[in-house]
Amino acid sequence: MSSAEPSPEHSRRDFLYIATGAVAAVGVAGALWPLVSQMNPDASTIAAGAPIEVDLTPIAEGQVIKVFWRSKPIFINHRTKKQIEDAQNVDVPKLPDPQPDSARVKAGHDQWQVLIAICTHLGCIPLADEGPYDGYFCPCHGSVYDTSGRIRQGPAPLNLALPPYEFVSDTKIRIG
Amino acid sequence: MSGPLSYQPKSPIMQWLERRLPIGGLIYSSFVVYPTPRNLNYWWTFGGILTFMLGVQIVTGIVLAMHYTAHVDFAFNSVEQIMRDVNYGWLLRYVHANGASMFFLAAYIHMFRGLYYGSYKEPREVLWILGVILLLLMIMTGFMGYVLPWGQMSYWAATVITNLFSAIPLVGESVVTWLWGGYAVGNPTLNRFYALHYLLPFVIAGVVVLHVWALHVAGQNNPDGIEPVTEHDTVAFTPYATIKDSFLMVVFCILLAWFVFYIPNFLGHPDNYIPANPSVTPTHIVPEWYYLPFYAILRAIPNKLLGVTALAASIAVLAFVPWLDTSNVRSARYRPLYRQFFWVFVIVCIGLGWLGSKPPEGNYVLFARIFTLYYFAFFFIILPVLGKVERTKPVPSSIAQAVLREGTAIGAPAPAPSKTRA
Repeated sequence: MSSAEPSPEHSRRDFLYIATGAVAAVGVAGALWPLVSQMNPDASTIAAGAPIEVDLTPIAEGQVIKVFWRSKPIFINHRTKKQIEDAQNVDVPKLPDPQPDSARVKAGHDQWQVLIAICTHLGCIPLADEGPYDGYFCPCHGSVYDTSGRIRQGPAPLNLALPPYEFVSDTKIRIG
Repeated sequence: MSGPLSYQPKSPIMQWLERRLPIGGLIYSSFVVYPTPRNLNYWWTFGGILTFMLGVQIVTGIVLAMHYTAHVDFAFNSVEQIMRDVNYGWLLRYVHANGASMFFLAAYIHMFRGLYYGSYKEPREVLWILGVILLLLMIMTGFMGYVLPWGQMSYWAATVITNLFSAIPLVGESVVTWLWGGYAVGNPTLNRFYALHYLLPFVIAGVVVLHVWALHVAGQNNPDGIEPVTEHDTVAFTPYATIKDSFLMVVFCILLAWFVFYIPNFLGHPDNYIPANPSVTPTHIVPEWYYLPFYAILRAIPNKLLGVTALAASIAVLAFVPWLDTSNVRSARYRPLYRQFFWVFVIVCIGLGWLGSKPPEGNYVLFARIFTLYYFAFFFIILPVLGKVERTKPVPSSIAQAVLREGTAIGAPAPAPSKTRA
């Protein structure tokens, strides 16, 4: 073609091809990112997921209520003395998912159990005050949780999860 | 420069696939070694640009559909939510809306190229008619898409355009009720427009496949309008046409980006940011710019049925162009008289567009009528007559001769210096 042969290792053409390809790749990545990002939760969904405050005074001892935060059901259980004792008198290392009850409540607030009410097996909402431990029982596939929400029997692999929460006063918690 | 005309895969994977589904060979023969006239200019890049824009519209449309709600109570707000809350929602919406304008711009340029260079003439009549069908599908898709945000213009454009069908004698009113799904434009109308707006672009994609197939069977036209004869007349599609298409695609994207990022609402109508109000008609209902020429023709005729007929005819007439033009010479490069009438036609089309945006009164109507007359005269009088009476310039004997007559071929050794000028 032209009289000068390109040098065998690198030619100007190779440089141009690689440089163009690199710029094109950056351009394609930049064009693709908004298409991917638009599927993430939008600003209104994130705003609707802001923390909520729950007043604990109407909850009687032994009563469990269910609230929603970020579309997840949350049990708030005002545990009885017997339920607290049963939760604490446990050989922790023998549990399928070992965790002491103290790690699943806030210090000084043993009677308040706040759990995400989603079975760690396949996502059903367990029934409260049910099952051999008087804890929670998932009717879908028979997972049994104790009064601390820890898995005892059945196919669920993990204890019921805890949402992020804190006590803003003795009678009010903020979830989220 | 050209590879072997049949695909010879080297990698074992491609050999395996080629025997079962020869897609590698198809791409190779259609877009790599495909013989392309060597004299194509940049007006030939708009087919590729249109395919690219169809892809852009489909992709942005699908992601927008993930957030849009097609119900009269929610549509407007869902669009505002896209603009304000969805990550990059403003970008996706503006690309889709301005992309539609750019889609039509490319389509009109593509069509004017066809009219100028005689790309509709034998053996490309079916190719041209498929193009007219594509234009029709685009017009329908664009119209329904504009209704979806359910602004004032959305609602009233839907009312006006669906009411056109009431001009049909006997069955007109029933057709309109059938289109509406009710006694006026309302929720059933919006819902069905959404379904069809999602569907038609894929119908367009299918017809594009036919369009490209028909093109490859006949071969591309070229600015000189003479068919390639020897292999000196053509070059391989890749890299020449590929790079040329890609370059103008980038320039075109810069134009799109200019609108999207700096003047995203310039081509739109501010009244469409007012939620639809069935009890208040805006003072001036105008469609988007790409419908304005047809709108001007519709309003130029004072009779309702004839106006609608003229509107339909202004698009339908395009399908008959291969038979209306009687010239033996394809390209306007060699038709000096036709060239002048062509450019007047272009100005008339742009003029009709401008007039379509003006209120239908006074001199605007007068000029719209004159321009409408020229529009139809161009197709029904000028094209048939010119072919018979025009004195055309002599057409070159081959593409290679047309391209190379000024000097040496690219890649050939320099000729020995001669005493007389060759």
